[in-house]
Amino acid sequence: MGVDIRVENLNAWYGQTHTLHDVSLHIPANHATALIGPSGCGKSTFVRCLNRMHETNPIARAEGSVRMGDVDIYKDASPVEIRRRVGMVFQRPNPFPTMSIYDNVASGLKLNGFRKKRILDEVVERSLKQAALWEEVKDDLRKKSGASLSGGQQQRMCIARALAVDPEVLLMDEPASALDPVSTSKIEDLIFQLKSEYTIVIVTHNMQQAARVAERTGFFLNGKLVEFDATHKIFTNPSDKRTEDYITGRFG
Amino acid sequence: MRIKFQQNLDELKERLLIMAGLVEQAIQRSIESYSTRDLGLCDLVTRSEPAINRMEREIDQLALDLLAMEQPMAVDLRFILAVIRINADLERVGDQAVSIATRVQHMGMFANVEIPVDIPELASLAAAMVRRALQSFIEGDADLAQSVLSMDDQVDQMNRDAFQSLSQLISEKPEMAPQALHALIISRNLERVGDHATNIAEDVIFWVRGADVRHGAMLLDKAETAL
Repeated sequence: MGVDIRVENLNAWYGQTHTLHDVSLHIPANHATALIGPSGCGKSTFVRCLNRMHETNPIARAEGSVRMGDVDIYKDASPVEIRRRVGMVFQRPNPFPTMSIYDNVASGLKLNGFRKKRILDEVVERSLKQAALWEEVKDDLRKKSGASLSGGQQQRMCIARALAVDPEVLLMDEPASALDPVSTSKIEDLIFQLKSEYTIVIVTHNMQQAARVAERTGFFLNGKLVEFDATHKIFTNPSDKRTEDYITGRFG
Repeated sequence: MRIKFQQNLDELKERLLIMAGLVEQAIQRSIESYSTRDLGLCDLVTRSEPAINRMEREIDQLALDLLAMEQPMAVDLRFILAVIRINADLERVGDQAVSIATRVQHMGMFANVEIPVDIPELASLAAAMVRRALQSFIEGDADLAQSVLSMDDQVDQMNRDAFQSLSQLISEKPEMAPQALHALIISRNLERVGDHATNIAEDVIFWVRGADVRHGAMLLDKAETAL
């Protein structure tokens, strides 16, 4: 099951550049939450702070509190443990090109020391089913490489890979921006289905997508969270003029 | 800045105002035809209906295109939704004008008798509601729109008074029943015009403030919160 995420006074820097300013918000469990805002507004930095990926850059640092369920991810857990609990899907699918579909999906489990074939088989099948890809690839699991799939299939395989380690939270950084409308629709359907089991945070430039998939939406601007509210409120009657100007295309 | 989209929104507003102009003219002419029994004016009102209907379809199509092609959000979305609703209300005000003109034509077949109801006064108030509601749309003025809502009670009361007076007239002077019934229907038409003006004002408030005040919704929400 998903867990809720409580962020308090989160600040992030790249070198001297202060990229996130005192962000506080509560992301509810088992919901999809969208983050929108113009390029460079800090939304991707924010999600990278949620799985401690931000700090993998040597000049980057973050301060503040991020609690996932009962765990403060910066105090009570290691980055490796956090990344197991928090799956991430990126803008461009990133399959391991020399690996089969099966090995791509099982890679996270293998890294975590799982070796039993029966368990791996089960997890690969379950994950591919959750990612709505099983029927399309079940006969070619070991024959085809992950890179041989279409862009949309690769992205769903990457989602399956993220789900295979049984995370509680799924972060998606523009997961459909490189995909055609049919593949995009499949990813959005997937988000709808997955949120009953996971907490989903999706960064998107596509406001219609945010409106379609998320119950709550946050608008970032210049490293600050300007507004965070129910998605229908954000897109029909936002409270802040800057949000309204952005979503109506008056700037950005 | 979405320049083309803004131009399209401006065009939508402009077309709705042209539609409003046609409808206002129709209602004014129908009211005047009642006072003057000018059948030529009645004819003009009846002949204006196809143009109003055509405008309604064109505005709806433009609004539909913008919804489909531009995926508007927030204030723009509310504006387009308000235009679609106002468009429908204006068309119905046009229908009321045609109905009034038709009644005046029928009344012309009977002797001109004195009707104990101040139809021109009621008409003047209903027309003022339409004018003020449209002015609030032109200026995006929710306060002005709000002021329209309170006018509707007066129109409703005048319509109820008309019903009383005309019922009494029919029972006392049955030979005047045809004229009285036509006047009753005109009174009802004008009451409906007031209702449509109220709807238009509520749509302006929705567009400007994002608040749904239809059917006393704000008052109901407050009452439910208090519970």
